[in-house]
Amino acid sequence: MRIVARASLAALLTLSMAGSSAFAADPAPLKIGMITTLSTAGGYLGEDMRDGFQLAIDEEHGKLGGVPVQVVVEDDGLKPANGKLIADKFRIQDKIDVFTGIIYSNVALAVVPGLVESGAFYLSPNAGPSQLAGKGCNKNFFVVSWQNDTPHEATGQYAQYLGLKKMVVVAPNYTTGKDAVAGFKRTFHGEIAEEIYTALDQTDYSAELARIRAANADGIFYFLPGGLGINFLKQFTQAGLKKTMKVVLPEFSLESHVVAAVGNAAEGLYGTAHWLKDLPYAANKKFVSEFIKKYHREPTPYASQGYDTAKLLASGLRAVNGDVSKADAFRAALRKADFQSTRGAFKFGPNQFPIQDWYSARVVRDAKTGKLVIRGVGKIMAQAGDVYSNACKL
Amino acid sequence: MSLALEQLLNGLQFGVMIFLLAAGLTLVFGIMGVINLAHGSIYMLGAFVAASVAGTGAPFVVAVLAGAAAAGLAGIAIELVVIRRLYARHHLDQVLATFALILIANDGVSMIWGKTPLNMAVPAALSPAVTLGGFIYPAYRLVLIAAGILIAAALYVLISRTRLGMLIRAGATHRETVAALGVDISRLNTVVFALGAVLAGTAGALLAPILAVQVGMGEQILILTFVAIIVGGLGSIRGAFAGALLVGVVDTLGRAYIPVILKPIAKPEIADSLGGGLSAVAIYVLMAIVLVWKPRGLFPVGPR
Amino acid sequence: MLALPAAAGVLHQPFWINACTRIVIFALVAASLDLIVGYGGLVSFGHAAYFAVGGYTVAVLAQHGIDAAPVAWVVAVALSALLAVVVGALSLRTSGIFFIMITLAFAQMVFFALIAIKAWGGNDGLPLGARATLLGLDLRDPTVLYFVCLTLLVAFVACAAQLVESRFGIVLRGIRGSERRVLALGFPTFRYKLVAFVIAGAGAGLAGALWADYARFVSPDMASWSRSGEFLVMVILGGIGTLAGAVYGAALLLGLESVLSGLTEHWMLPLGLILLAIVLFAKRGVYGWIAGRDDG
Repeated sequence: MRIVARASLAALLTLSMAGSSAFAADPAPLKIGMITTLSTAGGYLGEDMRDGFQLAIDEEHGKLGGVPVQVVVEDDGLKPANGKLIADKFRIQDKIDVFTGIIYSNVALAVVPGLVESGAFYLSPNAGPSQLAGKGCNKNFFVVSWQNDTPHEATGQYAQYLGLKKMVVVAPNYTTGKDAVAGFKRTFHGEIAEEIYTALDQTDYSAELARIRAANADGIFYFLPGGLGINFLKQFTQAGLKKTMKVVLPEFSLESHVVAAVGNAAEGLYGTAHWLKDLPYAANKKFVSEFIKKYHREPTPYASQGYDTAKLLASGLRAVNGDVSKADAFRAALRKADFQSTRGAFKFGPNQFPIQDWYSARVVRDAKTGKLVIRGVGKIMAQAGDVYSNACKL
Repeated sequence: MSLALEQLLNGLQFGVMIFLLAAGLTLVFGIMGVINLAHGSIYMLGAFVAASVAGTGAPFVVAVLAGAAAAGLAGIAIELVVIRRLYARHHLDQVLATFALILIANDGVSMIWGKTPLNMAVPAALSPAVTLGGFIYPAYRLVLIAAGILIAAALYVLISRTRLGMLIRAGATHRETVAALGVDISRLNTVVFALGAVLAGTAGALLAPILAVQVGMGEQILILTFVAIIVGGLGSIRGAFAGALLVGVVDTLGRAYIPVILKPIAKPEIADSLGGGLSAVAIYVLMAIVLVWKPRGLFPVGPR
Repeated sequence: MLALPAAAGVLHQPFWINACTRIVIFALVAASLDLIVGYGGLVSFGHAAYFAVGGYTVAVLAQHGIDAAPVAWVVAVALSALLAVVVGALSLRTSGIFFIMITLAFAQMVFFALIAIKAWGGNDGLPLGARATLLGLDLRDPTVLYFVCLTLLVAFVACAAQLVESRFGIVLRGIRGSERRVLALGFPTFRYKLVAFVIAGAGAGLAGALWADYARFVSPDMASWSRSGEFLVMVILGGIGTLAGAVYGAALLLGLESVLSGLTEHWMLPLGLILLAIVLFAKRGVYGWIAGRDDG
C-alpha cells in the first residue's frame, strides 16, 4: 500500500498539485521505499514498525533531519517474490534511493542484495540475517535492530546467569529456527535435555509438551515467533509446566502484544531484550509517551526499531541536506550513528550491524494497575556485537 | 507407559478438535457438493466473536454461544448471497468464490479487530491441570474432548433419527428424488450450510482459549480438516469422525515418537531436524497411502 | 492475444518489462495446469511442486557452476516431468476431490523437504549468481528475457492447442466426460491421463526454471499450497478449458494484486470482491467475457 506520510504542508501541496507551476519552487519530498509485512498473521509486526517510523516523521512535521520526506509503503505479504517485485517498482519506476521496512529475513535475503548492489541504501529495522553480516555484508546495508543470532545469545547468557542446569529448547524446523538454537547454545553451557523442532503452521503442541514434561528439565527456551509462541505458551501454562520450569525467552516471544494475547499465562516469564518500555533514557520516554498518545496501544520492540531507524535516517539526511546522491558523505554520516536511540548507547560494528546493550526482563504484575508488564531487571550483555563481523571486509 | 497413554489422549484430543471442523465441512460437501474453502474463515469469525464477548466480562458459555451464533448468521448470509447462485456451476467456480470469501474475511476481520492477536482466557474453574492416573493433564482439554464427543453424538442422532437427518441423508444420494417429493431443497441447503457454519464457529470459540486468535488461523487448520474428511471418506459424519481421530492420533504420535525413534539411529542434530520434518509430513504420507490403497477414503458413502 | 505485454516491451521500460515477464511466466504455469484441469478434468492442487522443482533445479545447478540456460532448463523440465510421472502414477487412480487432495499431499511433501534442506538455504531460499546466457543471448537484459519467456509461452500454448484438437485431446476430453465409456471403447485411459499430467508438470517445471532466471532467487514458498491455489485461481478466473484464458487469468490476478496493493493496505478486500463478482457474473471466466457466449 502506498501511504502519503502526514507530511509538511508544503510536501502535501506539492503532491496533490503535482505539476502545478505555482508550487514549482517547493522541493519534492524525498521518497523512502518501505517494503514490509502488513497482511498474514505476521502483519502486526510490520504495522508496529511502520507506525514507529511514522512517529519520528510526525515529530518533525513531515521531515526527517530537516528534509521533507514521503514514505511509500507496500505490503510484501510475507512472500519473498512479492518483496522483490515491489523493490523493483520502487527502484526502477519511482527512482527511490533509500529503503527500509522488511520484517522477515527470507524476504530481506531476496530483496536487499539486489537493491544495495544497484547503489541504493537499505536501513533494516528488523531482519539481520547472518548471510548479510559476514562475507555478504555491504557498505550500503545498515541494520538498526540486531543480528538475528544476538537475541538468542543474550537469552542463553540469561539462562546461564539464572543458574539453569538442564534446558529444553524448542524452535520451528527451518533455518531461522536452527540458527536461533545455535545462538542460544553459544552462550548457554548447561545440558540440553531435548531439542524439539516443530512444524511451521502447528497449532497443537500437546505431543511436544508431554515430551518436555518427560525430559525433567529445569528450564525452557523457545523461539516461536508471533502466533506460534502464543499458542505454545497458552498450552504450556495450561499443562501446569510453568510450576516446574523457568521460561527464558528472546524478545520475539516476549513483547507487549504477546503478553496481552496470552493473559495470565505470561506472569513470571523471564526474557531478554535490546529495548524495553521502561528504559530510563530521555529519547525512550518521549517515544513511549508519544506512541501511546498517537496510536492508543503499547509500543513493542518493533515499534522502537522503526522509530530508531527513522532517527538514524534523519541523522544521515541532515548531514547531506537531503541529497542522498552524495553517497559517500551520506554513508559516512549514517555510520557515525549520531542520534539518540530509544535504547541508550548505540553504535555500528565493522559490518554496520549494531553494537548495543542487552537487558534481562521479567513479566510482573504492576502493583498499581494490576496489569502484567514487562519490567527490566538488569543488563545481561554490555556493548555486544555479533560473531560474523570478523568475516566482513568493508 | 503412562507417557504413551498421555500421548494417545493428546492425539484423541487433537482429533476431536479437527472433527468439530470436519463435521461441518463434510456435511456441506456431501449434501450440497460444495467445496467450501471459507469454512476456516467462519471458524476464525467464531473465535474472534467469542474472544471479544469474553473480553467484555461475559461468562464463558455466553461467549461460546455468541461465537456459534455469529458463525451461523455468517453461514446463512454466505449461502443466500453467494453459494446459492453456484449450485448449478462447475465445482471450481465454488472454489474461486469461496477463495474470494477468504480474502474478504481476512481483511474484514483485520479491519474490525486490528492485526494484533486477541486473548481469551480459559474459564477459571477449568484452568488447573488435573492428575489423571500417572500423568498431569489440562482440565480444559478434557472438556474439549467431552464437548467434541457430545457434539458427535448429537450429530449422529440428528442425522440418523430425525426427519431433518433423513432428508439430509437422502439429499446426499438422491437429490432429484427428494425434490420430487416436494421437499424445498433450497431451504434444506440453507439449513445444512448454517449447521456446518455453527459447528465451525463453535470449534473456533471452544479453541480460542488455547490458541492465538488471529487473522489467518482459519487457513492453518483448513488443510488439516480437508485431510481428515478425505481420509475418512466424504459426506458421512462417521467418516469425518474416523478421519479426524486418525489424523489427530497419527500427527500427535508422529511428533511424539518419530524424533525419539531416530535418535539412536542418526546423529543428534540430524535426528532432531529430520524427525521434525518427517512428523510434519506424516499426515500427508498417511493421506497418500490411504488414497493409493482406497481411492475414495476409508468409509465412502454411496454413489455420487 | 498478447498485444498488451508486447506493447509494453516496445516501451523499453525495465519495470514494466519485468512485470510482464512475471505475468508470462505465471501464464505458462496456468496454461499447463489448464491442460489437465480444463481438458482432462484433473484438478491438481499441487502444481506448485513442479514449478518449485524447475526453479530449484536451475538454482542448484547454478550453485554448482552450471549456468548455461539450455542445459539447466532441459534438466529442470526433465526432473519436474519425472516427479509428475511418480505423482501421477500414484494419484491418477483417484478422481474428483480425492485427486485434488492427493496432489496436495505430494506438493506438501516437496514443500517441507525444501524447507528442511539446509544446503539449499532452507526457508531462506537460494539466490542465483549472474544471470545465465542462452545460446549467445544475454538473459540479464530484461527485454531479452521477456521475449525468450514470451516465445516459450506462445510455443507451449500453440503446442497444447494442437494437442487438445488431436486424437489425444479428443480422448482426454472424452475421459473428462465419462471415463468408463472411453475405457469401454478400448482406450487405456490411465496412460492418456498420465501423459497429460506429465506434460503439464513439465510445463510448470519450465516456468519454474524461467522464474529462477527472472527472479534470481528461489524459495520454498514456490511449492506452498497457497501458490498451488493461486495457479488454480488463475485458471478458473480465465475460464476453464480455454488455454488462452489461462493467460488472461494470470494477467488479471497479478495485475489486480499489484495495482490494489499499491493503492491501499487493505487490498485483499477489494480483490476478494472483484473475484467474487467475476465468478458470479461471468459464466466462463474472463475468456468467456472477451470471446462472447457462442464461442466453443
